[in-house]
Amino acid sequence: MSKSRNALLALTLVCGVAFAQSDKFPAAFPGIGRTATPAEVKAWDIDVRPDFKGLPPGRGTVAQGETLWEAKCAGCHGSFGESNEVFMPLIGGTTKDDIKTGHVARLLDPSFPGRTTMMKVSHLSTLWDYIHRAMPWTAPKSLKPDEVYAVTAYLLSLADVLPPDGELSDKNIAQVQERLPNRNGKTWAHSMWPGPEFKGTTQPDVQGSACMKNCAVEPKVSSLLPDYAMDASGNLAQQQRLVGPQRGLDTSPKTAKQAAAAPAVKPVSDLLKQHACFACHQIDTKVVGPAFKDVAAKYAGQADHLAAKIRSGSSGVWGPIPMPAQTALPDADLKAIAAWLAAGAKP
Amino acid sequence: MTDSTSSPGRLLPAPEHLLSREQMAAAPDARRGFLRRAFATASAAMLAGTARAEPDGDANILELPQHSLALGQPVALEGYGKPSRFETNLQRRQSPGLTQTRQASVSFAPLQGLFGIVTPSGLHFERHHQGWWDIDPSKHRLMVNGSDEKMLKRPMVFTMDELMRLPSVSRFHFIECGANTGMEWGNVAVPTVQYTHGMLSCSEFTGVRLIDVLEMCGFDKKRARFVLAEGADGSSMTRTIPMELITNGDVLLAYGQNGEMLRPENGYPLRLVVPGVQGVSWVKYLRRIEVGDQPYATKDEDVHYVDLMPDGQHRQYTSIQEVKSVVTTPSGGQMLLDKGYYAISGLAWSGRGRIKRVDVSVDGGRNWREATLQTPVMDRCLTRFSLPWVWDGKPALVMSRATDDTGQVQPTNAALRKVRGRRSIYHNNSIQTWLVQENGEVRNVQVS
Repeated sequence: MSKSRNALLALTLVCGVAFAQSDKFPAAFPGIGRTATPAEVKAWDIDVRPDFKGLPPGRGTVAQGETLWEAKCAGCHGSFGESNEVFMPLIGGTTKDDIKTGHVARLLDPSFPGRTTMMKVSHLSTLWDYIHRAMPWTAPKSLKPDEVYAVTAYLLSLADVLPPDGELSDKNIAQVQERLPNRNGKTWAHSMWPGPEFKGTTQPDVQGSACMKNCAVEPKVSSLLPDYAMDASGNLAQQQRLVGPQRGLDTSPKTAKQAAAAPAVKPVSDLLKQHACFACHQIDTKVVGPAFKDVAAKYAGQADHLAAKIRSGSSGVWGPIPMPAQTALPDADLKAIAAWLAAGAKP
Repeated sequence: MTDSTSSPGRLLPAPEHLLSREQMAAAPDARRGFLRRAFATASAAMLAGTARAEPDGDANILELPQHSLALGQPVALEGYGKPSRFETNLQRRQSPGLTQTRQASVSFAPLQGLFGIVTPSGLHFERHHQGWWDIDPSKHRLMVNGSDEKMLKRPMVFTMDELMRLPSVSRFHFIECGANTGMEWGNVAVPTVQYTHGMLSCSEFTGVRLIDVLEMCGFDKKRARFVLAEGADGSSMTRTIPMELITNGDVLLAYGQNGEMLRPENGYPLRLVVPGVQGVSWVKYLRRIEVGDQPYATKDEDVHYVDLMPDGQHRQYTSIQEVKSVVTTPSGGQMLLDKGYYAISGLAWSGRGRIKRVDVSVDGGRNWREATLQTPVMDRCLTRFSLPWVWDGKPALVMSRATDDTGQVQPTNAALRKVRGRRSIYHNNSIQTWLVQENGEVRNVQVS
């Protein structure tokens, strides 16, 4: 007893030491990880920061960009970056005056529909980095640096940031940044970044009320999904559980309701599973009972006979283990299984 | 409640199995209207097969069902088990018209049908920026490097085998897309909680603390102020990760989710877990961590996931998901079965810490009652709340309001819009209202 207690104590001590060590975490875990080679880092370290650290040297003209754009970008974004067919428009909503101020004035206009990429982007590095890493949509990372400069130059020309005969390069990109329409349209002074790096506020900008009784609110419905929009997300009855405190609202169109009411025909394989036929039978091999294929071969075309045998059970035909009577099998399912057997038990 | 005792064998109006068409037709008008609509979709087979009025009691009791009379299914019929065939309605779904391509899109988790706080991995919401992949873990690598050569003593490469040998932690955290409830900034736009709040999930994540790996690389703690996380997929998603959460030991290099490996749609084999921060920062298919001294202004920090303020300025790097809650039962698009007892139930969470309390109102916010919080109540994790409610059949405006342990109280729509306007897309944490109508229908509404 005391011996085992001592052993336990020793074990506890060992564990304690181990934990104390792991709490501090030694600088290295032997055998884990290795030094990355310069070539590996170069292959993956592709990010470009706002100070253009990481930007590879190169250049591309607006004209070169236009050709590339038509071939690789216009399909999704439109010839002028204006399309909203697949993605939000890239170009539109900025003015020459915005280029002077660095604030996109239309961001103050609630009636202006949508916000394009050019209305929002505040760093040119963002455009270059993203096009380089993720575009074109179906062949990301396939553009060479000069090609990225060129398509970026074309995009900028569409917003009058670069002239039609302009060029973008690692040499002039910092100057072009100073013409980006919304370069000054950003703020980091908020409380939603954990940590002091952005010198934001610590107090949240919005605080709710903790009122519990007779609170000063007028509980009037100001916005309600109109009846005609209730089915815009599909039939809600099919999106709620079929058991519990509630059901889903039936928002299906009339015709769909009728179609849904027609009983679905189940494949025989589902019936075989549902009625546990596979507990004794398999399709191709004999287990407890004969293979369905063998039964099908012996009684080809005799659906009624098979149905009667399944219902009543049978013994002595295929071996010593009798098949119990299947009294619980619904008639329709019984007929379907028998017909399937009589037709050859095709999977 | 009215005629419930006239149907033998039950005390409360029950699922559609028990009612024949005749019974439904005979039900008093007040009840019949909404019963009929609710039951209209029950399959014809169900009604025809089992609905029978027995004078002696419930046919489901008196006539032994098949599963009591025959042999059941064998073990290991499904090597990986699936939900019941009666549960197929609960699926993650797209909101029609929200996006034009399914590779840059989102699917919403069916919060209306989930219990407790954990999201089944197969129902976890999805957000992909350029399609998802099922990546061979034996070929996946994590690289850690610096924005310049002096930022780390040595850049390193890790295999999954190596990462999974390191000491691991398992923690429950919610993940919420910054655009969750974004469609509702201006006005009501979608019918159910799946679409209003379904870019929200909660899992137990298992992985290695990022700080431990950075320590192995010998990072310069004085100069390191920001960390870039980068994915291996086509979009190679990048986000700037807050150093404070890394040095706290909060940020994980996660490979586990709910006891198994991450699902491919959720970043298999490696994703970042950034507790309390919007989902876009939880970079999937994580291939690279860069330690730097400046923020990165990535596409999803400079163009998207920015909050447009009424003064025309965009807030960038808004990362914390602030205190929020929503009632899931009852919720929009549902039909209550009858008057009487219900447990109002829902979810509360905060990216700043633990949920301290949740209050529930059924009169549109005039009066509130404190709900019960179901344990465990964990840091930056979903918390389930509930409150007993007897519905009297009159219209009710059901709301919930969460408070976190920093004291921040979830705001109303009006309070949020007063500060942030109506045109933002992101970070809508306002109080959700559901209108329970006299006929039992529950509608998504906003109150002034």
